[in-house]
Amino acid sequence: MSAVIPNPAAGHAGHHDHAHDHPHGWRRWLFATNHKDIGTMYLWFSMTMFFIGGILALGIRAELFQPGLQFWKPEFFNQLTTMHGVIMVFGAIMPAFVGFANWMIPLQIGAPDMAFARMNNFSFWLLPPAALLIVVSFFVPGGATAAGWTLYAPLTVQMGPGMDLAIFALHIMGASSIMGSINIITTVLNMRAPGMTLMKMPMFVWTWLITAYLLIAVMPVLAGAITMTLTDRHFGTSFFNAAGGGDPVMYQHVFWFFGHPEVYIMILPAFGIVSQIIPVFARKPLFGYASMVYATASIAILSFIVWAHHMFTTGMPVTGQLFFMYATMLIAIPTGVKVFNWIATMFRGSMTFETPMLFAVGFIFVFTIGGFTGLILAMAPIDIQLQDTYYVVAHFHYVLVAGSLFALFAGTYYWLPKWTGHMYDETLGKLHFWASVIFFNIAFFPQHFLGLAGMPRRYADYAMQFADWNMVSTIGAFGFGLSQLLFVIVVIKAIKGGPKAADNPWEAADGGLEWTVPSPAPFHTFETPPTVK
Amino acid sequence: MKTSMLNKFAFAALASAASGLAHAATPAAYTPTSRFNLQTPVTEIARQIYNLHDMMMIICALIFVAVFSVMFYSIWKHRKSKGAVAANFHESTTVEIVWTVIPFIIVIIMALPATRTVVAMKDTSNSDLTVKVTGYQWKWGYDYIRGEGEGISFLSQLATPRGQIEGADAKGPTYLLEVTEPLVVPVDKKIRIITTANDVIHAWWIPAFGVKQDAIPGFARDTWFRAEKTGTYYGQCAELCGKDHAFMPIAVKVVTAQEYTAWVDGRKKQMAALGDDPNKQWTTAELIARGEKVYQANCQACHQANGLGVAGAFPALAGSKVVETKPDQIAILLKGKNAMPSWKALSDVELAAVATYTKNAFGNKSGEVQPAEFKAARK
Repeated sequence: MSAVIPNPAAGHAGHHDHAHDHPHGWRRWLFATNHKDIGTMYLWFSMTMFFIGGILALGIRAELFQPGLQFWKPEFFNQLTTMHGVIMVFGAIMPAFVGFANWMIPLQIGAPDMAFARMNNFSFWLLPPAALLIVVSFFVPGGATAAGWTLYAPLTVQMGPGMDLAIFALHIMGASSIMGSINIITTVLNMRAPGMTLMKMPMFVWTWLITAYLLIAVMPVLAGAITMTLTDRHFGTSFFNAAGGGDPVMYQHVFWFFGHPEVYIMILPAFGIVSQIIPVFARKPLFGYASMVYATASIAILSFIVWAHHMFTTGMPVTGQLFFMYATMLIAIPTGVKVFNWIATMFRGSMTFETPMLFAVGFIFVFTIGGFTGLILAMAPIDIQLQDTYYVVAHFHYVLVAGSLFALFAGTYYWLPKWTGHMYDETLGKLHFWASVIFFNIAFFPQHFLGLAGMPRRYADYAMQFADWNMVSTIGAFGFGLSQLLFVIVVIKAIKGGPKAADNPWEAADGGLEWTVPSPAPFHTFETPPTVK
Repeated sequence: MKTSMLNKFAFAALASAASGLAHAATPAAYTPTSRFNLQTPVTEIARQIYNLHDMMMIICALIFVAVFSVMFYSIWKHRKSKGAVAANFHESTTVEIVWTVIPFIIVIIMALPATRTVVAMKDTSNSDLTVKVTGYQWKWGYDYIRGEGEGISFLSQLATPRGQIEGADAKGPTYLLEVTEPLVVPVDKKIRIITTANDVIHAWWIPAFGVKQDAIPGFARDTWFRAEKTGTYYGQCAELCGKDHAFMPIAVKVVTAQEYTAWVDGRKKQMAALGDDPNKQWTTAELIARGEKVYQANCQACHQANGLGVAGAFPALAGSKVVETKPDQIAILLKGKNAMPSWKALSDVELAAVATYTKNAFGNKSGEVQPAEFKAARK
C-alpha cells in the first residue's frame, strides 16, 4: 500500500513502532491488505451477523413460548427459521473462523502476511454486500425466503424475489469462501518459517488447511445446486421438477454433498482452537499430535461419503440406507479419538481455568453430547423416527453452538491479549462462560424431549403435549441471547484498555510463534522469518 | 408391551420440574403417551426403534460417564492451585490403538440390530390393504387402491377451529392434531402406504407406528405398518411444505375387522349419494354457494379469504385477468402454473363451482362456468 497518510495527531503515538506504516481512517479498512486488519473486519462482521441471527432466533422462540399464534403469521415464522439458519451458518460462524485464520495463521507459521493480500481484501469486502442482500430480502414483496436454510426444491420455486436475493447472496459468500481458502492453502503450504515442517504446524493451522480443501471441494457444488434452483424458477428448466423430467430429491443429494462437509467446515477449525488451548492451560504438550492430524483428515474424507444420512426418509434402497448408516457411524471413531486425546492432555497436567480454558473444557463436555446424539441419529431406523423433529434441532445446536461457537469464544479470549494488547476482564469472561453454558442447556436440552415425543421442526405452532418444554426452551434461549451482551462488553473493554498484556500472557511453554511477537501484535510481523527448531 | 426403564427414569427425574409448568390437564379422551421419550409403540417396527434407542442411550450414557469421570477427576486433582506438577507424556501408540479399536467394535455392535430393522422396514410386500397418500398444500388425500375398501377416496385436513389457533377460544386436548376425516384401517393387517405429493415435498409420519415417509411430487415411495392395537393415532407433516406446514396433521383410526367392514360399507353408500352429475345444468346461485365451500377448503390458504392473495407469493384473484377469462381460468385450474398446483383431482362440479364463485366474489363480476365445460376441457 503506497498511499500513506501521515497523521501525527493519531492517538497511538509510541504505542507501536509501525504507526505510520499504514493508512488511517476509512482507507485503512476499505483498502486493507494487512492480514490483521482484514481478520479484525471479518470478526466484527461475523459478530454483527451473530446478533442479527440471534434476534431472529429470539423471534422464533418468542412465538413458541406458548401454543397458538401470538406474534407472527406462519409464513413470517418460516422466514425467521430460514434466515436464522442462513445468517448463522454463512454470516456468523464461517466468517468468524476465516477471521481467526487471517489473524492467526500468518502469526502461527511465521509468515509476514497472507499469500494474496489483495484477494484477501476482496474476499472480505464481498461479504457486506451479500449480508445486505440477505437482510434486504425481508423487505421485498413476499419477504425473505421461507424454504428452510436447506432451500429444498420444489418449495423454493414458490418463493418470491427474496429467494433470488438469497441465491445471489450465497453465490457471493461462496466466492468469498473459495478465495479465502485458496489464500489459506497457499499461505500454509508456501510461507511457513524455515524449519516448520508440516508435522510441526500448530493444530489450528492443520485443521484450517484441511477445512480450506473441504471448502474448495464443496462450495462450487452448492453454487451448482442454487443455480439450478434459479434457472428452474425463472428460465423454464426442470432440474427438480418431475413434470419436466427432473427430480426434487436430486436437489437434496446435491445440497447435502455440500451440506455434510459444510458441517465439518464449521467444526474442524473449532477442534484446532481447542487443541491449542488445552495444552497451554494444562501445561503439558498435546497428547497424540500425529493422531490428531490423522483424525482430522479422516473426518474430512469421511464427510464426503455420508451425505445421504440426511435423506433416510426420502425412501432410498435398503443397500443405500445401510451404506450411509455404516459410513456415518464410522465418523464417531476419529471424533472419539480427538476427545480422548484432549482428555489425555488434561490428565496429570497442572491446570488453571481462565476463561479460554473454561470454554474449551465446556466445548468438550457439551460437544460430546451432540456427538452422541449424532451417533444415535446415524442409525437409520431411529433417524427415520427423529428426522425433521426437534431432536435434530437439539443435536445440531449442540455441535454448532456448544461446538463451533464455544470454540470461537475460547479462541477470542485466548488471543484477545495478543490482538488488543490488554488483558480482558476475567470476572466478566467467567460470568459469560457460566451464563452461556447454563442457559444453552436450558434452551436446547429440552428439545431432545420434544423431538423424541414427536414435535416436528419448523413449526410455528404445536400440539398441547409439547407446551411445557417449549416454554423452558424459550426461557433458556432468551437467557442465552442476553448473556452474549457480556461478550461484547468484555471485547470492547479489552480494546479500550485494561492491564497491559505480556507478550506471552498465558506463559505457554511451547505455545507457538504468535507468543514471540509483542502484544498487541504490531502492524507488520515476521518481516524476517523466524527459525523453528 | 415393553415399557422403557429409561422413560421411567427420565420421568421420575423430571416430572416434578414439568408439573409446575403443566397446562390444563388433558382429558381422558386423548392422553399423549410421552413427553420425554419416543411415543408408545403400536407396531413391531416402532417397538424395534424404541428398543434400539434404549440400547443406544444406555451404551452412550455408559461411555459418557466413563470418559467424563476421567476428565472431571483430572479437573479436580490435576490443578495448579492444588500443587499439581505437569507430567510430560504426549504419546502412546498402544493407548491410541486401543481407543480406536474399542469404539470400532462398539459401533459394530450397535449396527447389527439396526441393520435388521432397516431390512424389515423396507419390506412392503404382501400387504393386505394399499392406500395411496397424497400430500397437498396443506392437507392429505387418501385413496384406497387395493384391498377391502378399494375405490374409497377422500381429503383429510385440520379440524381445529381458527379461534383456538389465534387464542380467542380455549385449546382442546387434540389441538392441531384433529382432522376432518381420519384414515381408517383394520387392526393386525399389513397396510402398505404409497406416498406422493401434488405440489411440494411433504412427509407422512405416525410416530406410534415408526413410519415416516416423504411424499415427493411426481414420484411414488412406499412404506408399511401393521398396527397391533385399536385406537386413534396422531402424526404431523414432517417436511417443510410452506406456510401451513404446522397445520396439516395426520390421524389414523385403527379399528377391528368388523368395524372396518362396516365403515367401508357406510363410506361407499355415502360416496354414491354424493355423486354429482357433471351434465346437469346448475344455476349461478347454486354454483356460487357450492363454490364458496370449495374455495374455503382448497384456495383460501394462498389466495386468502378476501381474494387479495399474498404480495409476491400468491396472486390476487380480485380483479384478476385470469379469473375473468374463462379458458385461461379453466386451464390454470386443471394444469396449474408455478406455485399453483393442478386441481384436476377435484370433480367437474367442484371446479365449476369454485370458478363461478371467484368470478362473482371479491368485487369480480364475470359470469359463470358450467361443470360440462370442465368435462369438455379435460379431454
